[in-house]
Amino acid sequence: MPDLSINFCGVRSPNPFWLASGPPTNTAYQVMRAFDAGWGGAVWKTIGEPIINTASRYGSIDLKNERMMGLNNIELISDRPIDVNLREIAEVKKRFPQHTVVASLMVESKRETWHDIVRRTEDSGADMLELNFGCPHGMSERGMGAAVGQVPEYATMITGWVKEVARTPVIVKLTPNVTDIAHMAAAAKAGGADAVSLVNTFNSLVSVDLDTYAPRPSVAGLGSHGGYCGPAVKPIALHMVSAVAKHPKVNIPISGIGGIGNWRDAVEFMLLGATSVQVCTAAMHYGFRIVRDMIDGLENYLEDKGLNSAMQLVGKSVPRIEDWGNLDLNYKIVAKIDEEKCIGCNLCYIACEDGAHQCIRVEERPRGDLRHGVILKHVPHVLEDECVGCNLCALVCPVPDCITMVQVDTGRAHMSWRQLQEARGKSPQCSMEELLARSKSSGI
Amino acid sequence: MFKDPAPRLSPEQLEKNFADINPPLTPAQALEEGSRCLFCHDAPCIKACPTEIDVPQFIRQILTGNMRGSARTILQANILGHSCARVCPTSVLCEGACVLNGQGKKPVEIGKLQRYAVDPVIANGTQLFKPGSANGYKVALIGGGPASLACAAELRKLGYETVIFDANPQPGGLNTYGIAAYKMRAHDVQKEIEMVRALGVEIRSATAVGRDISLAQLEREFDAIFLGIGLGATDDLHIPGEELEGCRDALSFIEETKSKNFADVQIAKRIAVIGGGNTAIDVVTAARRLGAEEVYMIYRRGPAEMSAFEYEYELAKKDMVVFWWQALPVRIIDDGHGRAAALECVRTEKGPADARGRASFVPVPGTEFQLEVGMVVKALGQKRKTDFLQQIVKLELKNGCIVVDATTMRTSNPKYFAGGDCVNGGGEVVDAVAHGKKAAAGIHQALEVQKGRRAHAGSQY
Repeated sequence: MPDLSINFCGVRSPNPFWLASGPPTNTAYQVMRAFDAGWGGAVWKTIGEPIINTASRYGSIDLKNERMMGLNNIELISDRPIDVNLREIAEVKKRFPQHTVVASLMVESKRETWHDIVRRTEDSGADMLELNFGCPHGMSERGMGAAVGQVPEYATMITGWVKEVARTPVIVKLTPNVTDIAHMAAAAKAGGADAVSLVNTFNSLVSVDLDTYAPRPSVAGLGSHGGYCGPAVKPIALHMVSAVAKHPKVNIPISGIGGIGNWRDAVEFMLLGATSVQVCTAAMHYGFRIVRDMIDGLENYLEDKGLNSAMQLVGKSVPRIEDWGNLDLNYKIVAKIDEEKCIGCNLCYIACEDGAHQCIRVEERPRGDLRHGVILKHVPHVLEDECVGCNLCALVCPVPDCITMVQVDTGRAHMSWRQLQEARGKSPQCSMEELLARSKSSGI
Repeated sequence: MFKDPAPRLSPEQLEKNFADINPPLTPAQALEEGSRCLFCHDAPCIKACPTEIDVPQFIRQILTGNMRGSARTILQANILGHSCARVCPTSVLCEGACVLNGQGKKPVEIGKLQRYAVDPVIANGTQLFKPGSANGYKVALIGGGPASLACAAELRKLGYETVIFDANPQPGGLNTYGIAAYKMRAHDVQKEIEMVRALGVEIRSATAVGRDISLAQLEREFDAIFLGIGLGATDDLHIPGEELEGCRDALSFIEETKSKNFADVQIAKRIAVIGGGNTAIDVVTAARRLGAEEVYMIYRRGPAEMSAFEYEYELAKKDMVVFWWQALPVRIIDDGHGRAAALECVRTEKGPADARGRASFVPVPGTEFQLEVGMVVKALGQKRKTDFLQQIVKLELKNGCIVVDATTMRTSNPKYFAGGDCVNGGGEVVDAVAHGKKAAAGIHQALEVQKGRRAHAGSQY
């Protein structure tokens, strides 16, 4: 049986699945239910000076009849007193000593205030601290959350204050609402952060009611921008995690967050450099029970891959993230349509024709129906010489494994854009004619 | 009265028995079902629809909440899209062509989605189309069924003055009188016809051409005439006892279930229905719903040769109808009071192929058997209205059906166009609508396009 436990900054967690700081980790009751369900850790809902929340708070987007592809919230940090939260953390730690409890903190940007909250929190027995430098709404206007996370100097400074007194590992939670998140991770590292977690939510306005003109979520007909998360943000979060993992000045553990709902998502984050993963939207959608398949699925996956520890996944794909300029321009694939599997929807044709490179042909479908014995499966065909190997047809095809991208041996050596430039000893700037001449001589 | 009438069911029970077999989708069901549509390019469902409704488009419009747009997409291709959503044999048309079948999945329930899109427009009387400005031409349409309604609606959009002459008290033809009640009620059809009427189509009901108005008068007063007269009475059995009380034809029986209260439709306890088509199925299922205890379907050929659609056959099976395959009626036996008491049949066996290559079924002497029934219903197909059609000069007929140009639906008499059952010998509502549309385009080509507008520009009908 593979070992799912992880070591995060010296803290052992029974598995890499943590609940992210948010509504599911608001109370000891919820966190204990989560641990009973199988979650390895929980990041408590951010503790700070109590606030007052609005009704309503959440809005979402659906995709056809799939609900909550993306979730937006205008909820703030915990609306319960600090001492109540800390007392409950102590209670949870007492009952679940092996599970990881991370306290998420956000207070005024004053050195003494931070010192005070760090000391009080650590006394409660939390295993780690997570500094919320990411909340994009409500708190940022008060000089907290993203207001700190968007200015590298502030992030370094406040992390430094925390590290002056902290005895437990300090995770800095990063906002994605910046130009270069890896730069912000480096700033946190410079302040002494032991780890980073990312991403916090994206600035968003999730939708507008077409009848009332009110944005959603609406508070008495008015709305405000909020934080966006859920399945829709996963690809952006994956990129950001990989960028932080690759950045030479960071090199500290990462807790990955953003649209994770199952073990497959979790594995992707781990392959790109995350040691633990944090889940919020999926738990808000389906409850804590989703972790059962996450655990089971990860175990089976590790077994299938012949790995004996989840830690072996961490960063496995990072070396495969390359600059575009290093990709092989002589690598060629073409689309192949399996005529047996094809159901004749022609989506590949129209996608290629209107949205790509006009490399698929299909005859117009004749009229007819089953009364006259007409059952026409209309199979398109690929003009392989024209196909640029873009994948679009395979992506739109509704039938699994019907369109595959098959490698074509060009017989040409690896040639990247960078190699091309270097071979010519010229600047990347050149005329179209020159560019064509260069690619031709390189066999591209 | 029958020799042995069926026990009376309560009006509540009858209403329940005839409840819609395809209840409308809820918004949640429509969203889920619509989401299954792949939005095929050059979609086969469109190609399999005689009226070429842009199915992927109207489903997409349901999904975006553009309900009026969805209904318009349907109704501009098929003005009787409301009826067709309920009565089309979708499993051999759009749904039969759905690519999901090829993946071993259930096809998208296009018929139900179409009903979901059109129902609100019909219920609210939303007028989606406007008549064209008057072009000065007048077209008479004989028969008030789907072909004429579709043709008239198209012509009104183009600015023609249209008058439908219909012998029945209510317009709609077989749509009103011939569709099983559990698929569609007569009042549903009337609401749909209101939409056609609102376009400015004049409908003269209870007006039989040749009796109340002459063909000559129509020819004088109108620039073109469309024949949408359908077919005639049910074919006879030509066996002894056919005149007995309790022996009747399928169409008048269905018509009764559509125009009377169910409780007022007389039914025997045991019934034999003769025929193997969709109409025969309509009769056996209606008979069971009305309270008949034993219903026999008598067909001279086997199940493979039956012209009824598979899903219709399934309906009859669910209703526990007893099928007598390869049985041929020989005579109806009198109970001594002029009422049917039993039906005598003889078994058949496969004989040599007929002229069309279809296996013939011939009686096997000595295999006669009797079924004790108080009612015998003939569902044998319909006679042609040859007598009426022969009054029209130079109108070419083939097997009693009107010969038309397949593109323009023009007959051999250039003044006349035709469509629907009187052309194809009996088809679906959607086929009749497609004919009506084509004929409207054909009439438009023959009149305004070739001769120019007759009314001055700007004048409104």
